[in-house]
Amino acid sequence: MFLIDCPYCGPRAETEFRCGGEAHIERPSPHGEVTDEAWSNYLFYRQNPKAEHRERWVHTAGCRRWFNVARDTVTHRIIAVYAMGETMPAAAGEPR
Amino acid sequence: MSGWRGKGGATIDRQRPIAFTWAGRSYAGFAGDTLASALLANGVSIVGRSFKYHRPRGLIAAGLEEPNGIVQLETGAATIPNVKATQIELYEGLAARPVNAWPSPQFDLLAINSLAKPFIPAAFYYKTFFWPSWMAFEPTIRKAAGLGVAPQDHDPDSYEHSFAHVDTLVIGSGAAGLAAAEAAAESGAAVLLVEVDPMLGGGLLATREEVGGQSAAAWRAAVLARLAAMGNVRTMPRTMAFGFYDHGMVALCERVTDHLPLERRIGPRQRLWKVRCRRAILATGAFERPIAFSGNDLPGVMLASAAQTYALRYGALPGRRLVVATNNDSGYESAFAVQDTGAAIVAIVDSRTNPGSIADLARSRSIQVIAGSAPLAATGGRSVKALSITRMSGHATQERLRCDGILTAGGWNPAVHLHSQSGGSLAFDQALQAFLPAGAAQNTASVGAAAGIFDLARAIAMARAIGRGEQLPVAVPARAIGPTREFADGDIAAQTAWLDFQNDVTVADVQLAARENFRSVEHLKRYTTLGMASDQGKTSNVAGIRVLSHLLGKPAQEIGTTKFRPPFDPVTIGAFAGRAVGENLFPLAHIAAHADHVAAGARMEGYGAWLRPAYYAKGNEAEEAAVAREVLAVRNAVGLFEASPLGKIEVKGLDAAEFLQRMYVNDVRNLKIGRCRYGLMLNEHGVVYDDGVFARIAENHFLVGTTSGHASAIADQFNEWLQCEWPHLRVMVENVTTAWAVMNLAGPKAREVLATLGTDIDLSPSAFPHMAYREGHVAGVRTRIERVSFSGELSYEIAVPWGYGAALWRALLREGRKFGITPFGIEALMTMRVEKGFLHVGSDTDGTTYPQDVGFGPAIGKKIGDFVGRRSTTRPEGRRDDRRQLVGLEVTDGGGPVAVGAHVLWVNDIEASRTRGWVTSSVMSPTLKRPVAMGLVAGGFDRMGEAVRVWHLGKVRPARIVEPRFYDPEGAKLDG
Repeated sequence: MFLIDCPYCGPRAETEFRCGGEAHIERPSPHGEVTDEAWSNYLFYRQNPKAEHRERWVHTAGCRRWFNVARDTVTHRIIAVYAMGETMPAAAGEPR
Repeated sequence: MSGWRGKGGATIDRQRPIAFTWAGRSYAGFAGDTLASALLANGVSIVGRSFKYHRPRGLIAAGLEEPNGIVQLETGAATIPNVKATQIELYEGLAARPVNAWPSPQFDLLAINSLAKPFIPAAFYYKTFFWPSWMAFEPTIRKAAGLGVAPQDHDPDSYEHSFAHVDTLVIGSGAAGLAAAEAAAESGAAVLLVEVDPMLGGGLLATREEVGGQSAAAWRAAVLARLAAMGNVRTMPRTMAFGFYDHGMVALCERVTDHLPLERRIGPRQRLWKVRCRRAILATGAFERPIAFSGNDLPGVMLASAAQTYALRYGALPGRRLVVATNNDSGYESAFAVQDTGAAIVAIVDSRTNPGSIADLARSRSIQVIAGSAPLAATGGRSVKALSITRMSGHATQERLRCDGILTAGGWNPAVHLHSQSGGSLAFDQALQAFLPAGAAQNTASVGAAAGIFDLARAIAMARAIGRGEQLPVAVPARAIGPTREFADGDIAAQTAWLDFQNDVTVADVQLAARENFRSVEHLKRYTTLGMASDQGKTSNVAGIRVLSHLLGKPAQEIGTTKFRPPFDPVTIGAFAGRAVGENLFPLAHIAAHADHVAAGARMEGYGAWLRPAYYAKGNEAEEAAVAREVLAVRNAVGLFEASPLGKIEVKGLDAAEFLQRMYVNDVRNLKIGRCRYGLMLNEHGVVYDDGVFARIAENHFLVGTTSGHASAIADQFNEWLQCEWPHLRVMVENVTTAWAVMNLAGPKAREVLATLGTDIDLSPSAFPHMAYREGHVAGVRTRIERVSFSGELSYEIAVPWGYGAALWRALLREGRKFGITPFGIEALMTMRVEKGFLHVGSDTDGTTYPQDVGFGPAIGKKIGDFVGRRSTTRPEGRRDDRRQLVGLEVTDGGGPVAVGAHVLWVNDIEASRTRGWVTSSVMSPTLKRPVAMGLVAGGFDRMGEAVRVWHLGKVRPARIVEPRFYDPEGAKLDG
């Protein structure tokens, strides 16, 4: 069970959180001009790296706030936790 | 062989005899005994029968690695199958029996399997019993094989979960664990020291070695006294660390009352701990390996270290004339221990040519040492009578040693399980012929025997350094084991040389697997069952890997181990369940007037997270009759329904209207203050997700109604969109579902009842029309009322603060009596909404339903701007003209309602054709006195009036597609 350092509440057990999948997915717009292919990519296509991965998590049993997590999918080491809308802290690695 | 009670016994109390029964016979042991040590001391040599061949088996080990002494403990509901006798502390009145032996372990009818041994090699069952199918044979085979019997009754014991957070978790309390714990505590850390045994001390409890010039017992006592004096150390005996998970999470199972007589057990039987530690020190010790030779499973063949433990802790000995077979010095220590306890050592057979000074020590104790030799075959019927030995290189008998017991010391496997579970890597050590912890993936360090360090002084010094927080390089073991006698491929003796005693896997089985190309160690495990079942190969895995390595000529490091997974040792299911059993497994929420509903005869049922009235039965009234009576009461007079679980979400802020405009299919911005609107919500895939009524309380304040099941999910989605996609929108969202109880007053006389109860809200139709929202007071209590209707009648949803809900229910029933008020349940409401043709999301829609399929196409066409899911509804799939659309269905044969889920076919379709859709809702309408239904039908909107056929379980009925508005199609009743 992960120990996730919520940026607003501090370290808490994984069971208090929910993972919302890959972070930094851009929603295409305006809706009338988005191609079927672009929309399908947005809906269905996700990275599944055996490496560092950016995810968004929400502290459902706590502050209910969303934030980003950079996590190694092999070791489960959490490399960085950073706020929604922020880019990955430079010290931890370059943002995509 | 026959075990007996010799001298000594450090952890038993000979003044306190304890009576117990084994296989129905009475025996006596002492306080401090395990069931295993008591059986051994009583001369019970056969403790069970093997899994596959039903061969007689005796105890091999003294700890949790024991593969043979598997017992069924106690009887009836309290029975526990497959517990190891070595892990059961003896208590007064204990009753146990062997598993897998019928009628008794001494005489087992199924031992005939053993005669057929050459014909039942690995995978025999897979290869033989496949025609007509494995299923035909499985019941018989399962009965013959298998272990204990699961209890038939509910577990009478209780279990609980606890949590702990510590700086340093030390697992194992042998010399290294104690030293590491003390050093960590001295540095100020909060330390938790856990030990699976009832006593702290590990190997110190069964050694003749000295520590720092004093006896092991004295050193142990001194350290324990110092730990007890420190305020930052907690010790937990009878506690097994069984799982190492991510980020320093370790799971423990504490046996709270298992050691007490049944009648003295109070409170939880076991406690499951979830410990989060900054650092874990693994002092988990090592398991001794058996030596493979023909007949090495005969009762009387035992691990030398186990015999040492039985002798020194319990004064119990496996025989009177023992041969020790070893490849390292530890076998000599064991020999000396059993000799001191009273047994004679016939000889020590050492595979090393030059055993060194330890052999001189043995000779000084008048023990014959036969160097450069190894065991060849044990002989005897149901117990050992003699051991043939051979030169290391040969296969001919060199000498035959008469004995009644054989102790084997084949080297040691460090218990790397938790290290490996934590993600740490392993390295095969040539000197020890075992896998050692290498790189750590988390903040862990292995110490003592778990790290391959067997020298006590060195283990203690290194453990102290690691306990202090020093980083030490991976330790190099000092001690090397001697050579192992290998079996040639096809050697007939390999068929009776056991590796895995619990699963009856021999050296020959591994050879067969290798010949058949099962060369991956994971494949080897599945094919031969080596290392499966409750001991997970603690004594057998490394030996099996070595055999494979020898056959394939491939280093053991390259072969590797099977994956180590939790639990390290079996944990009872009850411990995982904790208190989440029975009603606590999925507790249902009670609505505000729960007790009143029950008192009124409500049949309460679970709907999602809530326990709600399905219907109210009068006397012996059947469900159908009750529902019809309730429907007619609402249609003709007035009914009362508690709608408290309806989702209520407050949406407030300068951008509230803009936000909801993006969440709903419908227009939100043009809704007037004080008015309500029915709205549909989609997920981003365009699928209809929820519906409900939203009200505009003020310019920037909305009350969003959701279905009862989706209240929190919708609130969560609002927050996700606001925080992740549109953080610039100034909106606050709060789920207030359980802050407001809601009573739904419905029927032509609803207004009169509400007026009689008393309210400061003007109820006249012009002042409070259909789809309006008002605030005020009812019976003196603050209220929010929405004039909305799911029944099709004049209807008020009256919300009051939750604590007033029950009082409002009672007051409405009291004031409504003279109007004929009738409480109604969910089933009546659902019947009425089908009569009206109102959509029920999840019943009339599924995971492929777009809004245009339920009649929202025109609304979307008129709406400008984006909303969640909009773009998805126009993907190619959404533009198909054969999409299934929600329509009404009427049977035309005069019969009863069609079945929900029945398939709709065109008139010309042959029966086997592809379905054209299906029935989603179907009721017998009490109002119309005929069945009405709705369904999703391909291109249904353009087929109004068409005849169709409805197929269900082979029967076909005629029906017609109609508009889904069966009752009051103009909605006149709503505006009453």
